[in-house]
Amino acid sequence: MEQLLAILKNLHPDVDFDAEEDLIGEGILDSLDIVTLITEINSEFDVAIPAEEVVPENFSSAAAIFALIERLDEE
Amino acid sequence: MQFTSLSFLLFAALTVLVYYTVGKRVQWWILLGASYVFYFFAGAEYLVFILYTTVVTYVTARLMQSRVDAEDAFVAANRDTMEKSERKAYRAAQKKKRLGILSVGLLLGFGLLAVLKYTAFVLAGVNSLLGFFDAGRLSIPTLLLPLGISFYTFQSMGYLVDVYRKSVRAEQNFFKLALFVSYFPQLIQGPISRFGSLSEQLTARHGFDGLSFRAGLCRVAWGFFKKMVVADTAMIAVKELTARTDEFTGVYVLALILLYSAQIYGDFTGGIDITIGLSEMLGIRLAENFDRPFSSKSTKEYWRRWHMTMGTWFTDYVFYPLSVSNSMQKLSKWSRKHLGEKIGKRLPVYFATIATWFLTGLWHGAGWNFIVWGLLNCLVILVSQELQPLYTRFHQKFPRLVASRGWSAWQMTRTFLLMGLIRSLDCYRDVPKTFRLWGTMLTTFNWGSFFGGGWLSFGFDVWDWAVLLCGVAVICIADRCGRDEPVRQKLARRPVLMCAALCALVIVILLFGAYGIGYDASQFIYNQF
Repeated sequence: MEQLLAILKNLHPDVDFDAEEDLIGEGILDSLDIVTLITEINSEFDVAIPAEEVVPENFSSAAAIFALIERLDEE
Repeated sequence: MQFTSLSFLLFAALTVLVYYTVGKRVQWWILLGASYVFYFFAGAEYLVFILYTTVVTYVTARLMQSRVDAEDAFVAANRDTMEKSERKAYRAAQKKKRLGILSVGLLLGFGLLAVLKYTAFVLAGVNSLLGFFDAGRLSIPTLLLPLGISFYTFQSMGYLVDVYRKSVRAEQNFFKLALFVSYFPQLIQGPISRFGSLSEQLTARHGFDGLSFRAGLCRVAWGFFKKMVVADTAMIAVKELTARTDEFTGVYVLALILLYSAQIYGDFTGGIDITIGLSEMLGIRLAENFDRPFSSKSTKEYWRRWHMTMGTWFTDYVFYPLSVSNSMQKLSKWSRKHLGEKIGKRLPVYFATIATWFLTGLWHGAGWNFIVWGLLNCLVILVSQELQPLYTRFHQKFPRLVASRGWSAWQMTRTFLLMGLIRSLDCYRDVPKTFRLWGTMLTTFNWGSFFGGGWLSFGFDVWDWAVLLCGVAVICIADRCGRDEPVRQKLARRPVLMCAALCALVIVILLFGAYGIGYDASQFIYNQF
């Protein structure tokens, strides 16, 4: 989780990713951020996130992103 | 049958009447029949193309669904005996086979669109090359471009991808799918709906809901106002300003940018208001396509709020699949290693953004002006992305200025003018000419001649200006008043006030709208996309 928070913090240093619950709805993460994030996750966690998993529910918070990483890693 | 024609009004009224008087079980059949009648009147020859797309979509989706069902049944039956890795490998192999079916479906669906829409453009390009080598010319056939083909093709192909991704189950009933593809209010200019949110609504049983009906009716009338009073009035000047470009340079280019912004906003949002309003009268809620785009503070924000269903279509079905694809991730790893962390991180995003905007431009039309329009939008987005650290530093240094209303106004004006400037490629339809005319805004100082009478020299008299400016002011006020809740919803709860507002709107349209003998009824701009 710490590793993911560091990646997110690097994208938007001014956002408190521990507390934010609606990163998409509030427009904090846009499509360019999400792709950058996916590239980072691929590189740091060695987990590939396919296009069909790019839905708002999976990127709404740091916890949701981490759950997605764990699920894909498990699969 | 134009949306703003009397025949369409009668057709829509009859459809609504029959829809609510027949049994609820057959309502969707009424919609299907009405959709095909509507399309028949738009052009009987178009029917074969929409039927082709429907059949291709139906067969492809059913084939993929049967694979998915077989896969799930196999995994369920062998859950205890299969290792996790075996199951994963089996699913991956099945997905690959499904991808093969999807590829054929997309090729057949987009193939028709490509042939009809882009053959002339490609052949003209080939002829230019042949001319360069003095090698003769190919004849360019005149092909029919069915009304709304880009919209229904994109909607259908999006559905295929959703079935491939298992986001939705394939429709079993051919006629229900035919209704999803051909639903007449949105057939010719969108919004581009998703199967998951529209299909069930189309075939559900709808009782008459007075509140929803009245709100829908208000929205239809509002759409007529935007189209006939604002867009079609502005069109008179836009036509003249783009026809006499030798004369109308400098400040007249700025006038065109402003007038075309009013035209396209009234035209496109007006058409969508009629579509969504009519659907609301039928008890069907369509996706919104606009969210006050002209108050956006950046290009990225503008594109989240303008033609939203097209934007999300390209994001979900082109941008993400491309940018997170294996090849793009490999490219990223390679470039991180060889070109550095900073560039490597950006490459997939930039490649996918450029490809997406190139295709978005091409979707709007087969011409270089549309491609350049798309790429310029892309350039602005990527440059502002790169300048983000600079903006952040600026915001930190001048927090009070950035928080002020003046700064917000500046951001909105800047975005509005920039988008308008790029959009003028759509008016002049010639890239070098457009660039030259943009240049004259800096080199030709003819503000004096413009305000000395020039403002009345392009087919616009004082009356036209007054009608247009009042129309734009009314739209701005309605937008402002409807921030928390749309004005039509407020009106729908007060039927007497609503009737008064509707009567006033009809009188305004009859008095000030552009129509009648001698008026060349203009199509909606997006009809031929």
